[in-house]
Amino acid sequence: MHKIILIIKREYLTRVRKKSFLVMTILGPLLMAAIVIVPVYMATRGNELKTVAVIDQTGFFFEKFKDTDNIKFHYLVSDIASAKANFRKSGDYALLFIPRTEVSIPTNAILYGENNVSINVISYIRNVMTKKVEDMKLEAKLKDLQTDKKNPLNVEDILRSVKTVIDVNTIKITDEGKEEKSYTEISMVLGTFAGILIYFFIFMFGSQVMRGVIEEKTNRIIEVIISSVKPFELMMGKIVGVGLVGLTQFLLWVILTFGIVTVATSTFTSKGSTKHSAEQSIVQNAARYNPDNLPLPDSATSKKYQNEGASEIFAALSSVNFPVMIGAFVFFFLFGYLMYGSLFAAIGGAVDSEADTQQFMLPITVPLILSIVMMQYFIQDPSGQVAFWFSVFPLTAPVAMMIRIPFGVPYWQVALSMGILILAFLGTTWMAAKIYRTGILMYGKKVSYRELWKWLRY
Amino acid sequence: MELFSSLNVSKQFSGHKALDKVSISIPEGSIFGLLGPNGAGKTTFIRIINQIIAPDEGQLFYNGRELKPNDIYNIGYLPEERGLYKKMTVGEQSMYLAQLKGLSKVEAHKRLTYWFARFEMSSWWNKKVEELSKGMQQKVQFLITIIHEPGLLIFDEPFSGFDPINASMLKDEIIAQRDKGATIIFSTHNMASVEELCDHIALINNARVVLAGPVRDIKKAYKTSTYEISFNSFPGELNDILPSAFTIIKEWNDHDLRMATIRIPADSGPNQLISSLLPNVTLHSFSELIPSMNDIFIRVVTENKNETVLQL
Repeated sequence: MHKIILIIKREYLTRVRKKSFLVMTILGPLLMAAIVIVPVYMATRGNELKTVAVIDQTGFFFEKFKDTDNIKFHYLVSDIASAKANFRKSGDYALLFIPRTEVSIPTNAILYGENNVSINVISYIRNVMTKKVEDMKLEAKLKDLQTDKKNPLNVEDILRSVKTVIDVNTIKITDEGKEEKSYTEISMVLGTFAGILIYFFIFMFGSQVMRGVIEEKTNRIIEVIISSVKPFELMMGKIVGVGLVGLTQFLLWVILTFGIVTVATSTFTSKGSTKHSAEQSIVQNAARYNPDNLPLPDSATSKKYQNEGASEIFAALSSVNFPVMIGAFVFFFLFGYLMYGSLFAAIGGAVDSEADTQQFMLPITVPLILSIVMMQYFIQDPSGQVAFWFSVFPLTAPVAMMIRIPFGVPYWQVALSMGILILAFLGTTWMAAKIYRTGILMYGKKVSYRELWKWLRY
Repeated sequence: MELFSSLNVSKQFSGHKALDKVSISIPEGSIFGLLGPNGAGKTTFIRIINQIIAPDEGQLFYNGRELKPNDIYNIGYLPEERGLYKKMTVGEQSMYLAQLKGLSKVEAHKRLTYWFARFEMSSWWNKKVEELSKGMQQKVQFLITIIHEPGLLIFDEPFSGFDPINASMLKDEIIAQRDKGATIIFSTHNMASVEELCDHIALINNARVVLAGPVRDIKKAYKTSTYEISFNSFPGELNDILPSAFTIIKEWNDHDLRMATIRIPADSGPNQLISSLLPNVTLHSFSELIPSMNDIFIRVVTENKNETVLQL
């Protein structure tokens, strides 16, 4: 046990001390912060007037959309088909369509736009609609209570029953007049981002393990070391050591990114009319997204939105459950990495040089790449069959699950996926240890799959 | 008293027999030569001693009892294929490897400092291994092998890559280790160094031990009663003055002297050869031809097809 710690320490320290680690640690957060800050910056700059045409088939929202400093609403009476056809000529920024609903209360709307509709337009619309629908529900509830006096008045029950989530789907109208769903929603962005990040991490640190093993083999230091420690200890020490480097990098990224974003936000928001600090505005915006809170009065809502382009994105971000996201990321990175890391170690043990790794890399990289290729299916239908099976199959689970998690995944599915992943990790490690143990002492031999199969059964 | 022994150790690799019932015993405090042509199974045997691989059959004994996993702390191994981490500094690396051999951090540092000073390597401590020459790297490797002062040292082709000066320094150091009480297994193809260093040998060929025992006894057993003589020219033939039982193997001229190698029958002695020569020629030199380890090695390995096993 003492020796495996020595090995972990060496693997960790030699990598963390490298210049490339430092460079990555600094560049990563800058890049991530830029992804967050640039749209914010654009939002603060983009103060030009946006006109939104509204077709309200329900009639509930007539005159409810109050103009703000940079959003103007006008109501159309034409049908949706012709409005869409005329949309590009009209010069409107977006077209809001609230379809008639079977049940009395509408809960969704479609927003057509030429480009991705800016997130503050969407959330303004969503807020106005939520407010209106919740008012309607409350009114109905109060009427019920008046007629049915037996039930005691329970404020919490009432509030819970009026709680409403409005779905605003955004659809892009392209030049050809085609429509495609656009991905402005924060969960899509986050899912994509987390999926790509975990893919990148597994690949990067997995191949570091492989290169480390090949290095020890070509250096011929391996025989000296395994005369003091068991091959399994050396392999696990390396995998764990490199994994800790990955975790360190990730946590540094999270901390630095939050740092940079917080500093940047306070600079941006101080330019706006709100006198609150960045944190306060995030908290307030988060509160607005939280359906448990009472809706703000009409005038306050529209006022608040006048100069808040910037903090709107943070509001959206703060609606995300970051502890869960980060927790899930750490778990799926860790076990996904451990599983892949042991496979990478086995490959490293079986070959003489990096040039020989190709044929064995293929079966390992295919599931990883496939889960990235399938990403848009997971996003379009995060709770569908395809997404489910991909997030349960261990080799694709880390990426697929991370893409799905921002959309909300039933606990049993997460638990199932995690359980299978842990089992898969144990299985691959057992397999890898056998291949590794034999492979590291073999030199100058082109290894085939048949050979590997033989090693497995030694 | 033997420090290490093996009894009927066999090992098979996918259909190919690497070791076949190998029994060897290594006396304590000896330098034991493990010899054999390439692919004979020496490295496999050494790996089994180091518990890198396990034998299929057979038993191994250390200090009179069965070999235990913890015995690796009492073994120092310098493999034939050896290297170091190129990007690590010499000091860090030596500390790491010494600690893997069970030394505490403090003890490792103390001993390394002593040995680095003794080998005049102190200035290398903070250098990266890739900055060192091959010979310097070999020195570091040797030092790491002995740093935990093991009872059994195994050197696989230790002299390859050393220049003559460092090779002789290494040789002295190996002898010094033996004098301090360590037992040494020394695997090599270089028969000259075997003659110089080893007191016992085992010759492995085709997975089997074909010859084993003290070097002196082996040489005695392989003596062929052959003598080399030099004498001044005389008009007659050498054949005519020797008894008919004596055979002249070779005759040649060396400047103004004549030379010959002569084998005499086992029942006669060197005095008989001299007495038949003296009346006819002026003898300049006379010596018995002792077979070199090299000759014995070649003879045993080429004759090994007859499956003769000689245990002395």
